[in-house]
Amino acid sequence: MSANDPRAPMPPRYSATFDQHAIAEIHRAAATGIYDIRGFGAKRRLPHFDDLLFLGASISRYPLEGYRERCGTDVTLGARHAKKPVTLQIPITIAGMSFGSLSANAKEALGRGASIAGTSTTTGDGGMTAEERAHSKTLVYQVLPSRYGMEPDQLRKADAIEIVIGQGAKPGGGGMLLGQKISKRVADMRTLPEGIDQRSAARHPDWTGPDDLEIKIRELREITDWEKPIYVKVGAARPYYDTALAVKSGADVVVLDGMQGGTAATQDVFIEHVGIPTLAAIRPAVQALIDLDMHRKVQLIVSGGIRTGADVAKALALGADAVSIGTAALIALGDNDPRYEDEYRKLGTTAGAYDDWHEGRDPAGITTQDPELTKRLDPVAAGRRLANYLSVLALEAQTIARACGKSHLHNLEPEDLVALTVESAAMAQVPLAGTSWIPGKS
Amino acid sequence: MQTASVRARNSVLDLAAMSLREVNQLLHDTRDGDFLIRNPRGAHALACGLDGDLNVTIDGHVGYYCAGMNKTAHVTVNGNVGTGLAENMMSGRVHVTGDASQSAGATGCGGLLVIDGNASARCGIALRGLDIVVKGSVGHMSAFMAQAGRLVVLGDAGDGLGDSLYEARLFVRGSVKSLGADCVEKPLREEHRASLRALLDAAGVRDVDVAEFRRYGSARKLYHFHVDNAGQY
Repeated sequence: MSANDPRAPMPPRYSATFDQHAIAEIHRAAATGIYDIRGFGAKRRLPHFDDLLFLGASISRYPLEGYRERCGTDVTLGARHAKKPVTLQIPITIAGMSFGSLSANAKEALGRGASIAGTSTTTGDGGMTAEERAHSKTLVYQVLPSRYGMEPDQLRKADAIEIVIGQGAKPGGGGMLLGQKISKRVADMRTLPEGIDQRSAARHPDWTGPDDLEIKIRELREITDWEKPIYVKVGAARPYYDTALAVKSGADVVVLDGMQGGTAATQDVFIEHVGIPTLAAIRPAVQALIDLDMHRKVQLIVSGGIRTGADVAKALALGADAVSIGTAALIALGDNDPRYEDEYRKLGTTAGAYDDWHEGRDPAGITTQDPELTKRLDPVAAGRRLANYLSVLALEAQTIARACGKSHLHNLEPEDLVALTVESAAMAQVPLAGTSWIPGKS
Repeated sequence: MQTASVRARNSVLDLAAMSLREVNQLLHDTRDGDFLIRNPRGAHALACGLDGDLNVTIDGHVGYYCAGMNKTAHVTVNGNVGTGLAENMMSGRVHVTGDASQSAGATGCGGLLVIDGNASARCGIALRGLDIVVKGSVGHMSAFMAQAGRLVVLGDAGDGLGDSLYEARLFVRGSVKSLGADCVEKPLREEHRASLRALLDAAGVRDVDVAEFRRYGSARKLYHFHVDNAGQY
């Protein structure tokens, strides 16, 4: 049969709209009658830091000497109002993740790794565990809508306080910790029956809106005698207004989490369809700070999809004071490690795609409360891995900054960047590479 | 302004002469003694974060978060209070002679909160072990997602009482406009009457027959998410 034979079969044609994943999801929904819940952040292709490039030095810009000339990485957070601001050696913090969603060993490992690297880690729903306080030199205490585990003594033990309004994976959404992860210890910390599906509220129980938030922040300052920096964390949705309102409410630090930011358990449709990408959120937030004359006075921490030192450098060049990592930190501990491939297969997935963090069956012993699985994670070794990874992020960011002639990571600026796509040029408000064109600006 | 030398135990603290910061810092540092606070003039976050053998009386109306996160201290407000009274209270006793705005006793973990008047919406929201006695009525969505502790209402309750309730116990003497999802009436047995009687005694309520109350709790049907219950949310 030749190619000219009219009886020759046509190759199968797949729909770009009804692609393999869309068809599988329809089949899954039809079979179960319930939406898909999973962990991780947005998995779809989004405009991101990969769409930006640094220009480096040239005739008009002098580089700094690699391995010789100093390029600072330190950052001070919370000097606006707090008596005791937080100073970190690197501008890369560990994002809030709860004991409950993570094992105690994983929380300890995060604290160990962050402390070695000279940065902070953050609590989550359920309050502060003794392990993470003991092993975290600098610990940020989250005040979440659920207030699970919230205690004034823990507030006072913290180095900073983070009021969580939302997170990038689910702006406007609460949380769900399924019963298989509600062990006795988790249940006791949250004052809930063991083994139930635990719902975390979407709204704070005692304030509504920015005017109330201002009073709430004042209460937290009064309780802690104005010692602790107070962060306000928002999911990236309306970054200009949310940043402005957080500043107006008295925040020392704004944490802005893009839609690539991870979650322990959220509906897939929520993760993929609510909120905006990290890249799109940074410049409006920075503009709000500039308009209020608060840039570098109120610090901006950006999170959601930070993987490399290049991502760190790009976020800082766009105006952030620091970045925060969650998913990448878990991967550094050992999440999605190919050495557990056989077990991932038994769970119907593969290393690199495992995202059923809510089920509590994590072969790597990180997103689980199963006593046998949690033993697999050595908190000392995993902490060392995280410290190594954080060190690489800082070194990579310094390498880029020196090439741009900057003696501190905070000296990176939008003028050091160009964009590869029209979309990323518009979002980051930097020129399309090889042109002087910034969409919407020039 | 009062000087450090007069900031002794058993002081009168005048908010017309001292700042809120000075008053709260003094209460935090002293940790015991009797204090009378005058001229609160609706101040927010007054007497919050207390931890110690303190008896604090506030003469006048206060704003948001009065006695927030209280531990062991006894705080009495002779007046009305704003949003978030005694929020996240851990222990001790807070008594308000007037009315309370919304979210009174929110996420409270322990101790006793007594409100002589009415409490607005979301009284006892996300309660975690605190006992609340309201001599008047409570607004809508009271005891929403309440996990532990008791809410006792001598008057009426508004819409959606006990919505998405966990293990908190609710007692209402008057009418309930509507119950929230998964909240049901349960029998008031003798052990409940005894428990209620002791709580009312502690709250200084002695002229009420506990048999007049109705008890509400969780049906526990929503403890595990199931698609068949989606219509109840």
